[in-house]
Amino acid sequence: MTTLSATVQARPDREGATAPARIAVRDLDFYYGDFHSLKSISMDFRDRQVTALIGPSGCGKSTLLRCFNRIYSLYPDQRATGEINLDGRNILSPSVDVNELRSRVGMVFQKPTPFPMSIYDNVAFGVRLYEKLPKAEVDVRVESALRKAALWGEVKDKLKGSGMGLSGGQQQRLCIARTVAQGPEVILLDEPTSALDPISTGKVEELIEQLRSEFTIAIVTHNMQQAARISQYTAFMYLGEVVEFGPTNGLFMNPAKKQTHDYVTGRFG
Amino acid sequence: MSLVASTDRVTAYAKTGAPRRRSSGTGAVFRALNFASAMLVLLVLAGILGSMVVGGWPAFREFGFFGFLSGSSWNVGAERFGAWPAIAGTLMSAVIAIVVGVPISIGIAIFLTQLSPRWLKTPIATAVELLAAVPSIIYGMWGLFVFAPLVARSVQMPLNDVVEGLPVVGSLLYSRVPSGTGIFTAGIILALMIIPFIASIVRDMLDQIPPVLRESAYGIGCTTWEVVRHVLLPQAGVAIIGAIMLGLGRALGETMAVTFVVGNANRLSASIFDPGSTIASRIANEFNEASGMQLNALIALGCILFLVTFSILIAARLLIARVGRA
Amino acid sequence: MATSTLNPSEMAGAAPREVAWGRVRPGRRIADRTLKVGCTLFTVIGVFALGWILAMLLVRGLSALTPAIFVNITPGPGTTGGGLANAMLGSLILTGIGILVATPIGVLAGTYLAEYARTSKLAALVRFINDLLLSAPSILIGLFVYALFVAPFGGYSGWAGSIALAIIAIPVIVRTTEDMLRLVPNGLREAAAALGAPHSKVITLVTWRAARSGIVTGIILAMARIAGETAPLLFTALNNNFWFSPTLSGGVSNLPVTIYQFALSPYGNWQELAWAGALIITATILVLSVVARVLIRKEAAR
Repeated sequence: MTTLSATVQARPDREGATAPARIAVRDLDFYYGDFHSLKSISMDFRDRQVTALIGPSGCGKSTLLRCFNRIYSLYPDQRATGEINLDGRNILSPSVDVNELRSRVGMVFQKPTPFPMSIYDNVAFGVRLYEKLPKAEVDVRVESALRKAALWGEVKDKLKGSGMGLSGGQQQRLCIARTVAQGPEVILLDEPTSALDPISTGKVEELIEQLRSEFTIAIVTHNMQQAARISQYTAFMYLGEVVEFGPTNGLFMNPAKKQTHDYVTGRFG
Repeated sequence: MSLVASTDRVTAYAKTGAPRRRSSGTGAVFRALNFASAMLVLLVLAGILGSMVVGGWPAFREFGFFGFLSGSSWNVGAERFGAWPAIAGTLMSAVIAIVVGVPISIGIAIFLTQLSPRWLKTPIATAVELLAAVPSIIYGMWGLFVFAPLVARSVQMPLNDVVEGLPVVGSLLYSRVPSGTGIFTAGIILALMIIPFIASIVRDMLDQIPPVLRESAYGIGCTTWEVVRHVLLPQAGVAIIGAIMLGLGRALGETMAVTFVVGNANRLSASIFDPGSTIASRIANEFNEASGMQLNALIALGCILFLVTFSILIAARLLIARVGRA
Repeated sequence: MATSTLNPSEMAGAAPREVAWGRVRPGRRIADRTLKVGCTLFTVIGVFALGWILAMLLVRGLSALTPAIFVNITPGPGTTGGGLANAMLGSLILTGIGILVATPIGVLAGTYLAEYARTSKLAALVRFINDLLLSAPSILIGLFVYALFVAPFGGYSGWAGSIALAIIAIPVIVRTTEDMLRLVPNGLREAAAALGAPHSKVITLVTWRAARSGIVTGIILAMARIAGETAPLLFTALNNNFWFSPTLSGGVSNLPVTIYQFALSPYGNWQELAWAGALIITATILVLSVVARVLIRKEAAR
């Protein structure tokens, strides 16, 4: 794992160490039916920083991510208790409308999920959900979102074509554009590159780096290299608990806990 | 080389399901029996078509194909037979069935896949599927003894008071004899009968959509309505049209339930509340007493029904199969 | 163990970008509510319809159900009393012969599709035609059998009725047999073939056995399908109010056509019998369907 330290060291400025917390998690517990899968999680996600969640599969990292937009509530046997404060408002409270919440907290999934409509409509969909805009205005939003997702150049001539006709990497960037277009504050990425080839992965990672200037980003990844390359903060999770959380540099170079050390050096079972 | 050969064998295996070997005597006989049985399926379809064409031929020759199709009188005494009243009745009742049955079917499918609490899913799905198993005479009896009086009392009579004398609706919705039987009642019974079919196919299609697509639609803040309208239904799109056509094919060919409630009138009325007949009900009613040209004309009606329903069923199966493969 | 190296309450730096709450238009919520209420309502209608039909059958059928209907034969016009004994026995015989004819043909054809010609063009055609026949209007099958057997041999017979029912049952059995055989893992076939068993033995001794309960389910489903069929019997087995001849020539009384004729008749005792018959036939079919579903679920759980 020498390359890992090299990756971390190659990134000199870890700016924003004092950025304010955008999402503050307090004593969060999560249950799948009777199974207690997140245990008393407390941590902050800082404004316009990338926070990576790493850990062996089944450790609860995706579950934690799925709490931030309450997507788990689609399944009646899943529930969360505790607090997740977004700008000081507890989003787990029933008084917070989920549609509202999801307009502010966008999510990109493991597999690209273009909707069964044209490329243009895929991106415009999120815009139209929340704002009634004239066509010209929507055009501007779509173009800007596609530019932010570094996809404009590749699709500007086939906006009316189906989103399913794109390559896997392009589809994933389309999904990111769709999420960006609806104007969220937070973007959740659930292993967004695990279904992509290395070149597409590189493009998506570059994109995440750029999006950080506007959005607070939480990313789940099984790939420690990726966490080291793109995140400012990293949380290592194991068996439903946050074992260690801190600036990415420190966590990878100088882990405080033995379990973290074992995991980041690849000695984990 | 040997690698190539073994790959070939694997391919052959995948194609046939088991390795080809030199057949023993019984093996060859067994295989031939299998083959013959499969061919029998093709023969049956060819036989149905053949018997319709041969039996109906004299009627088509006598009145001309299009003359028979568009002829509006069905006069046994005068040996003049035209198919149009039965065709129109078939189409009208089927359209009513589709208009009423499709939204309900899709609604049930959406309820079962998106809204229902888990404990309620199996009982409701079972109930809907049992609705499909109920024989059509039972629907007919329910239609005649329970539903038709209800239609007469609470639809036809009040409606007559409203529409009487009005242009267009006055003829379309006015029932001369508010007895409850007629094209409208037949359409509603047919709707009930096709609901379980359409609902279960649409439910299967919605279930096959990967959960992550649904999650990502909810993930950008869609309401259930938006997820269904913009993502799930378009994704299942063509197959739903296939399912609807399958239901249409069923509605067109349904016999017993319709015969009970359609009123069995030979003449065509402008009103959907008046008695009429469908191709199938006409055949069921008259076939056993028919002879000569009437018999040929009834088989010719059957031939038309065959052509229409099988074209629709073929289109439906092709649409459903296309999605199944994708 | 849940510790973090950062103090969670640390809140320094620039104020976060503000986004206003309240972006979701009320119209969207109304549409959503409408969908949910509408779909629930439609489901209630569907279930309610089934309940209504079953309730009607129970109320009117049970009051007409007497031990006499299992003993007496169907009454002639203008008489009193009577039963359904001949119609019930006739239906059992017609359905039984229909299934006996359809089972070997259906199972063998399904076996051909699943075991011998899985991907051939011919098999695809047979499969497609079979699916068409599954939803073919049953009255056309009645007409076909009339033209094939009744008209040339100059008379209605139970045999013609049974053949019409068999033609309706075959596609159901073909389809389930093929589906169930396809569920049998290839490893099982390979293992049997590796022992040197010829293909026909592999099928009869191994794959058929592995898929046995599934194939039986298909046969039960086919039985449920044809037991209540009326239209194909109208011009083939016909119906009458007597005991039929043991050779099944001439008309054979049967439950569905009896129900049809009696329900539409003006005689009170005929209508009563029609309700009793309707209850018996529906109960039989629903029991068969439920048994088939339970078998399928067991098969799937294995």
